[in-house]
Amino acid sequence: MSDRNRRARNARTVEVVMKVVTGACVALVIGAAMLILGKIVISGIPGISLEFLFSKPGMGMRAGGIFPIIVGTLMLVTLTAVLVLPLGIMAGIYLAEYAPKNVVTRIVRLSIANMAGVPSIVYGLFGLAVFVLLMQIGKSLLASALTLTCLTLPVIITSTEEALRQIPSDLRQAALALGATRWRAIYKVILPAAAPGIVTGSILGLSRAAGETAPILVTGAAFFLPKLPDSVYSQYMSLPYHLYVLATQVPNVPPEITWGTAFVLVAGVSIVSMIAGAWRSVQRRKVKW
Amino acid sequence: MTMTPSERAGRLLGRTTRRRAAEAVVRTLIYAAGLLSIVILLAIAVFLFVEARKSIAEVGLGTMLTSTQWFPTGTPKIFGFLPLIIGSLMVTGVALVVFVPIGIGAAVFISEFSAGWFKEVMKSVIEFMAAVPSVVYGFLGVAILIPWVKATFGLTSGMTALTGGLVLGIMSLPTVISISEDALHAVPDALRQGSLALGNTRWQTIYKVVVPSASSGIFAGVMLGLGRAIGETMAVLMLTGNAAVIPTNVFESVRTMTGTIAAEMGEVVFGGLHYSVLFSVGLVLFGITFVINLAADLVLERQRKRWRR
Repeated sequence: MSDRNRRARNARTVEVVMKVVTGACVALVIGAAMLILGKIVISGIPGISLEFLFSKPGMGMRAGGIFPIIVGTLMLVTLTAVLVLPLGIMAGIYLAEYAPKNVVTRIVRLSIANMAGVPSIVYGLFGLAVFVLLMQIGKSLLASALTLTCLTLPVIITSTEEALRQIPSDLRQAALALGATRWRAIYKVILPAAAPGIVTGSILGLSRAAGETAPILVTGAAFFLPKLPDSVYSQYMSLPYHLYVLATQVPNVPPEITWGTAFVLVAGVSIVSMIAGAWRSVQRRKVKW
Repeated sequence: MTMTPSERAGRLLGRTTRRRAAEAVVRTLIYAAGLLSIVILLAIAVFLFVEARKSIAEVGLGTMLTSTQWFPTGTPKIFGFLPLIIGSLMVTGVALVVFVPIGIGAAVFISEFSAGWFKEVMKSVIEFMAAVPSVVYGFLGVAILIPWVKATFGLTSGMTALTGGLVLGIMSLPTVISISEDALHAVPDALRQGSLALGNTRWQTIYKVVVPSASSGIFAGVMLGLGRAIGETMAVLMLTGNAAVIPTNVFESVRTMTGTIAAEMGEVVFGGLHYSVLFSVGLVLFGITFVINLAADLVLERQRKRWRR
């Protein structure tokens, strides 16, 4: 009897200990996130001013602002969006609405999962070999955008498919019963219903693309340019590459410039994705199928 | 002017035909987009191989994979991948030591011990950590971790395999936690209730029932975290010091495969031997991550089937 009591007590002690141990893991994760966020905000804010955001870098990047770098990043992301969104959303529609249950679909899914895990520098090599050299686009906005298109495609496809799958099939069947063709049912009924999920997934995917450094390093990002890019065939400056340059390639950069650049990059990427994520959960709660 | 019934029927018919045609066009486009991912993945493999061909012919894949020295610009040029491969493995090993216990522990706590609101909070925290670009992790490592490692271990330089590995471990946490948490969450509640009804404590239930049931998903999470760590470029490039010598311990500077490609691709002659050798490095990297991802995906698929009733 007392033996059984002891065992029960031991089991309860183990439970408390393990709760503390796993809780400590969570605390470490939160601590790391807080450290990252706190350090960037505290060290980054002092460098931020209208002048920093809207002027060119000067004195070998040891003074001035990051205006052309912000513009270059926005141009790159916009061009990537134009290329990747139609392709990714159509592929998502294929998987959710058209794909038959067969070996081909299985291989498509395996390819998408695998593409998501290909290292970003390998996409860089691919972009260099195919877009820059073989197609003779040269190191440029377009070559980088095409490379980022390949890299972002799996994210857009997956999130589109997921958004479409959450639409109940009643809607689809009602549209088809009213005589709509399959595409019209998708276009007029299912896509509008799934739009919030698709938009959010796309923003998340594109914000990841905006932070990528390795693929653009070899396909078109420039160390320094005196003027803004004037066509998609120009090279450009970009925030993540600029941060790399400031942190490791240029000696004696004032810390507020480097931290300010890091702050703008993190704020841009994470605020956009957090707003998108929050908007999606609000939309999900609003619409109850 | 009014239409006769036959005219109206004709126009309706025209509309239907037009919509059918549109349907066919759209279907073709959508099927093409659907198959695009296979095409891109194949194209990546093919073009890596095409560009690597010169080095495979002139140096030989066996020689590259087994040579212990990397002197791409010396005379004679020596292209041995072993320092780079061992460098990558060492950094990834350190990352593994960080993200496996912390990631699985955190996933267990979030899934089994915490309330709904806390799960939402952790979801935001993990999304934030996943959204921070790798170059920012690298920069934070340069600013915080390099001086810390140097001072704590009394080294002459803080740029070591340990430094890179610690940062990689933190960067892989979001992947490991979210996939493991999904796997734990997918275990049917009936199993938990059955175990609790038999008199097990919650920890006994987790340890003996829930975690074993979710083990394949947790394994997949670890594999994907591993793939992310091996393929990560910017953070390791900025933190490991990039000395191309086979390391003997984690307090030495190492040069990884990814870091080598990123650092040297800017200086090579396009189409030359060094250029081609870097594509061979890319091919090795692609091969390693391909196998890891495939394994993870097959395991995840098996788990999905298991709970589908």
